[in-house]
Amino acid sequence: MSAINYSEKIPNNVNLAEDRTLQRALEQWQPNFINWWDDMGPEGSTDMDVYLRTAVSVDPQGWAQFGHVKMRDYRWGVFLNPGEQDRQIHFGDHIGEKVWQDVPGEHRANLRRIIVTQGDTEPASVEQQRHLGLTAPSMYDLRNLFQINVEEGRHLWAMVYLLHKYFGKDGREEADALLQRNSGNEDNPRILQAFNEKTPDWLSFFMFTYFTDRDGKFQLCALAESAFDPLARTTKFMLTEEAHHMFVGESGVSRTIQRTVDVMNQLKTDDVAKLRAAGVIDLPTIQRYINFHFSVTIDLFGADQSSNAATFYSSGLKGRYEEGKRGDDHVLKGNSYKILSVEDGKLVEKEVPMLNALNEVLRDDYITDSKGGIDRWNRVITKAGIPFTLKAPHKAFHRNIGSLSGTKITPDGQVVNEAQWMAKVGEWLPTNEDRAFVASLMGRVVEPGKFANWIAPPVMGINRQPVNFDYVRFN
Amino acid sequence: MNAPTELFNQHLIDPEICIRCNTCEATCPVGAITHDSRNYVVMADKCNFCMACVPPCPTGSIDNWHMRPKSAAYTVQEQLSWDDLPPALSEAELLAMGADASAVATAVAEVSAQSASSSDPNDVFNSAAYGATVPPWSAAHPYTNLHGPKAPISATVVGNVQVNEAGTANETHHIVLDFGPMPFPVLEGQSIGIVPPGVDAQGKPHHARQYSIASPRNGERAGYNNLSITVKRVVEDHDGQPVKGVASNYLCDLQTGDAVQVIGPFGSSFLMPNHPKSHIVMICTGTGSAPMRAMTEWRRRLRQSGKFEGGKLMLFFGARTQKELPYFGPLQKLPKDFIDINFAFSREAGQTKRYVQDLLRERSADLFELLKDPNTYIYVCGLKSMEEGVVLALRDVVTQAGLSWESLGSSLKQEGRLHLETY
Repeated sequence: MSAINYSEKIPNNVNLAEDRTLQRALEQWQPNFINWWDDMGPEGSTDMDVYLRTAVSVDPQGWAQFGHVKMRDYRWGVFLNPGEQDRQIHFGDHIGEKVWQDVPGEHRANLRRIIVTQGDTEPASVEQQRHLGLTAPSMYDLRNLFQINVEEGRHLWAMVYLLHKYFGKDGREEADALLQRNSGNEDNPRILQAFNEKTPDWLSFFMFTYFTDRDGKFQLCALAESAFDPLARTTKFMLTEEAHHMFVGESGVSRTIQRTVDVMNQLKTDDVAKLRAAGVIDLPTIQRYINFHFSVTIDLFGADQSSNAATFYSSGLKGRYEEGKRGDDHVLKGNSYKILSVEDGKLVEKEVPMLNALNEVLRDDYITDSKGGIDRWNRVITKAGIPFTLKAPHKAFHRNIGSLSGTKITPDGQVVNEAQWMAKVGEWLPTNEDRAFVASLMGRVVEPGKFANWIAPPVMGINRQPVNFDYVRFN
Repeated sequence: MNAPTELFNQHLIDPEICIRCNTCEATCPVGAITHDSRNYVVMADKCNFCMACVPPCPTGSIDNWHMRPKSAAYTVQEQLSWDDLPPALSEAELLAMGADASAVATAVAEVSAQSASSSDPNDVFNSAAYGATVPPWSAAHPYTNLHGPKAPISATVVGNVQVNEAGTANETHHIVLDFGPMPFPVLEGQSIGIVPPGVDAQGKPHHARQYSIASPRNGERAGYNNLSITVKRVVEDHDGQPVKGVASNYLCDLQTGDAVQVIGPFGSSFLMPNHPKSHIVMICTGTGSAPMRAMTEWRRRLRQSGKFEGGKLMLFFGARTQKELPYFGPLQKLPKDFIDINFAFSREAGQTKRYVQDLLRERSADLFELLKDPNTYIYVCGLKSMEEGVVLALRDVVTQAGLSWESLGSSLKQEGRLHLETY
């Protein structure tokens, strides 16, 4: 008496129908997952039919099937990118050897830890975002939020598949624990601190999906290089979905800026009080949100010097971003890398062995990538003819992890003392007033084609549908 | 010496919408997509149009196609330098670049037996330069290129009637095509391509001929998956030599129940405004009336619903005689307070020749009031030869009222308020 009709209910390309062990593990886990979704998933969404993209296979035609579905009935699938014949490990000490189809005993603990840490962030963000539907600025945005939520759910399934399939009893226990920890729960919190914070408003949500989901992208990219082939193939497929999350963030902030500059031009003012009275988010506040989310997110890459990072790389568990496109020896024993530290009240660069600095390498790649989007936001402002430029803050600003932790450094990279920091911090990071103001704009707008006053409509709809399509049916 | 320029549909990524997520590059099975720190671009010589990159794109920016001569394909370097997509080439520009008129027709419009008309280099007034390449701000979002030349969709003829008086020289038919359960969503102002069966003199399959849609977005019959086109039976070329138009004769002879191969829809700028109190000025000749019929009928249905407050509709319609004019009867039945109709006949026995531009000048006072209103949108559709006369007449109306045509003309273009579709 199987609780699940595997081929129908769980689209997969891992031969689930034939794998009795995996079936039994998932039979246990699936009802718990649905309970978790009901308790911790998007609030009040049970009866809604949402225009969602579902992956039913990994080929281009199959992985983006659109239709109105109830989220509870979403077909969370298990997908691996197609395998490459004779794929070889292409970095670290095992370079040139065949990739692993099973977990080598000596790397078991580290791999499990990597998968659990990644897996933990997926349900965590669903929990963080569960109230946002109540203040959606449009039906289009509500749909995008829900799409992200179900895909985070699918990413959880992807990690749970790896735990069940390759890690035996330990893996099953870890998979259960992923549903037991909760974001912000004092007794049993999520593993990474950024995933215990609240996502209080839609500007935070857009910033989170732009900056923090991009951290996810870079972690997934690094894991997609892994010598453990099932992990590499799983994360590669997850990246296709992750792109949508960053799209929601980038276009969401862009549309917020668009609306603000439109109103600035209408009222011919850059006066913050007047703009706030007109119900749009002033550019300095947007800059402060960027400073906050940027700095909190780059902490997620970990300490700037880490022996764990060196071990993960040398043993082939986790590569660098676009490892295959780099021209060095992919072993990195003699290489060095520059990291920042504070000496005599000044920021200085210092050379350290590259293997120990791999977190910093990934962080720097991330910074380059995320600055690209800020440049594109600036084009919206320039196009409107407004002399204002958004900037990514200095890498050392507002850091709480690594050697810069606790130092006081301004967004443009000047070391300051505690008093100077306190005097200016309200210009650099969102104040309680900023957050209260943004919160005051959050009202629910869900008639098709209507948008909240603080945000511009998107340039096009989802899947060639019009912007005023009924993306969510409330029933 | 001058072989006709070969055209192709160049695959482009809109840099304004793209978020540089790398999904397309990772998906492309032939490595046709590359990027630098600024843009993601498609290599024209590598892309094989397999479309594998289109569904995974989270933004829709990947789905852009510009008809260009192969020899003038945008290079990777050019595309990498873009901040936004350049406007697509118009039919006239493609022809000017040496493209074969019939090849242009597959993508842009029906060019039946077009004679080469040399343009006078001293003629500094270029009417086409005032035509907008962007839609009105309140246009609905169009679907385009859902069915390409390699995979046309089959439609069924459910009606074929002559819409001017039988026995007149310009026999014109109103043909209704039904798409059954297949998707073919359209907007007023868009067009479709018809692929005639059989092969041409060189033994190649006929290329598609383009026709404007004559029915509104919700169907020739409201609520049905059908649309109509207006087809003139071509029996002579522009110089008066007898020529039997391949597609038009095929279409005019169709019987109810026949199947027709269709591609499209096409067109994303010649679209009507949808905001309340927006005015529409329509200037057309002959079968150029098709998009005007579509827009008028949509506004009529909206008005009937009682839920939309339309603006003024003004129609300037030219034909050789009243008997030749398509849809003359139905037009007469429209209420006067709904649409202001002006006819010009150039070959009516016993009357002086009158062209649409003459009507424009006669109505200059009313027209000027509309022209200066930012909610007015102007549509011109018909034979190429009318375009310049019409734009010059508009210029005269504006300058005689003491305004600058250069500034009004350029804002009409930039705001998507003057649309020219001539062939």
